[in-house]
Amino acid sequence: MTLALWTYIIVGLTFALYIGVAIWAKAGSTKEFYVAGGGIHPVVNGMATAADWMSAASFLSMAGLISFMGFDGSQYLMGWTGGYVLLALLLAPYLRKFGKFTVPDFIGDRYYSQTARIVAVICALFVSFTYVVGQMKGVGVAFSRFLGVEFGTGVLIGVLIVFFYAVLGGMKGITYTQVAQFCVLIFAFTLPAVFISIEMVNNPIPQLGLGGTLSDGTNLLDKLNMLSVDLGFHEYTSANKPMIDLFCVTAALMLGTAGLPHVIVRFFTVPKVRDARKSAGWALLFIAILYTTAPAIAVFARTNLINTVNDKEYAEMPEWFASWETTGLLTFDDKNGDGRIQYYNDNNEEFVSSVATEKGWNGSELTIDRDIIVMANPEIANLPDWVIAVVVAGGLAAALSTAAGLLLVISSSISHDLLKKWLKPEITDKQELWYARASIAAAVVIAGYFGYNPPDYVAAIVAFAFGLAASSFFPAIVLGIFDKRMNMQGAVSGMVLGLLFTLTYIVYFKFGGGTPDQYWWDISPEGIGTIGMLINLVISLIVSRMTPAPPQWVQELVEDIRVPRGAEGATH
Amino acid sequence: MSQLNRQKYWRRNLTYVGILLAIWFLVSFVCGILFAEPLNQFEILNIPLGFWFAQQGSIYVFVILIFTYMILMNRLDKEFDVNEE
Repeated sequence: MTLALWTYIIVGLTFALYIGVAIWAKAGSTKEFYVAGGGIHPVVNGMATAADWMSAASFLSMAGLISFMGFDGSQYLMGWTGGYVLLALLLAPYLRKFGKFTVPDFIGDRYYSQTARIVAVICALFVSFTYVVGQMKGVGVAFSRFLGVEFGTGVLIGVLIVFFYAVLGGMKGITYTQVAQFCVLIFAFTLPAVFISIEMVNNPIPQLGLGGTLSDGTNLLDKLNMLSVDLGFHEYTSANKPMIDLFCVTAALMLGTAGLPHVIVRFFTVPKVRDARKSAGWALLFIAILYTTAPAIAVFARTNLINTVNDKEYAEMPEWFASWETTGLLTFDDKNGDGRIQYYNDNNEEFVSSVATEKGWNGSELTIDRDIIVMANPEIANLPDWVIAVVVAGGLAAALSTAAGLLLVISSSISHDLLKKWLKPEITDKQELWYARASIAAAVVIAGYFGYNPPDYVAAIVAFAFGLAASSFFPAIVLGIFDKRMNMQGAVSGMVLGLLFTLTYIVYFKFGGGTPDQYWWDISPEGIGTIGMLINLVISLIVSRMTPAPPQWVQELVEDIRVPRGAEGATH
Repeated sequence: MSQLNRQKYWRRNLTYVGILLAIWFLVSFVCGILFAEPLNQFEILNIPLGFWFAQQGSIYVFVILIFTYMILMNRLDKEFDVNEE
């Protein structure tokens, strides 16, 4: 059987599974639609949260990024997992006790202000749309490479599938579909890692294989450090960028994770406060399986890649090399015309002027798109075709599950926060459900359009999503729970200033022509959310102490969410 | 629940959160970033220690922290009789 046939079969089977699950778990009320009736078992919810969280970026791009960044890639590993500790300890149990549908609900009620609610809705919509566009693009890439269909057709198929089960099932359908998707994606991610780990260091557990010994008796990481230094790169296991930036980016990703609406809303779907705490633990455990495997994949892939291509004859390259060349994601340019591939760090001036010149190298001849590492890895390691097909199905599962979760946040922001709570409070539960389905449908179409014509700044915009969530939602929610004295004036001015600061910094450096040497204290735009968060925190505290205390009923609300007893299902 | 008990319950909760977040900060920001380079002189499972904390260890500890908090709080809820039925 050919690779294409395997891919059709395995992807087809997984899609049939998702649709079957969606039909079985159809939503009948707004409560089922928004929060799955609040009756999801914590372990199941943990799995769904994990699938929701692990996007096309985690599955397809992260291991590749780490592979090229080495130690610096730790910012993603710690940043995208550490936020769950903040969630579990500072947010989830209290938001569950509060018992509403959405994050803007909490902000609006806690700060007794329609303005605060609307600011929160706009942030939630912006963050979610940014994210979902990236997922749709991921779906298009996976389809076009492995099913041989046009990029646009790939996006269209993805849109139709998500459309079907998100509109039909709402949160209930999405949750159970995500459980299926989690199983597919985690199997797909770990399977090749296990195979490669056995092949390279003879240890079936990739996490241990990371410290394994190669067949020639050298330690894998020592070998990779040596290979890297020999090609003018920095040592794989040592930091390359300023420590303060590493610190700030990690913190911004953690704070952003804890402030992302599509993550927070997952904790509204469990029956009890106790379950919210437990669910966060399970979610992180499931996420950790992928996040601790990824660094191993990164090391295996990097070592394999350098060994396979460097200073080898172009004519002798294996089959995968040519097939990735046709996608344009891998290019070879024989700059010194010797028919061999030279791959090294040509930004390292000292290396270029000494070793490279001596050997007659005219610049690095290989350009590799980091995104292909995970997809190409099984091929590079010569694994059977069906393994590659499973990886494709896994990538699609990751992209679809995240897209669905985000679309739900978009739809509930529109139908619940904007219509029901603001513009048209008179609509019935049934009408609201209708609006929710209509807005999810519209959101899928818009996301599909942008996925098809991705704005070329998608990657830059991701910095926004985390920066905004970190500098706006996170402090507002945490203070809302832990500081009874926090009032509307404090929270709103903090959110606005934190947001403006972060936004200005990112816009200036990403779109306004700012250059890295102008960074404040070496902090890149990805990490500035941390400073934005601190600004928000300080401003909120100062302003709130200079203005009147919040009304009595709000203080009682805060008292109430601090104790678990009496939590009911999520309500309007 | 009396006002005094409420305060006691909340203070205990804050103590737990404070201690656990201190560990959270220690394994990620301190061991994985600030002191990663000096820690790299040591090894765990044949992996440089600072690198291991940054790409493996911190994540394991995060999982343990959340479950620990869950157990501590379930106990505390019962002690103060604010647990859910």
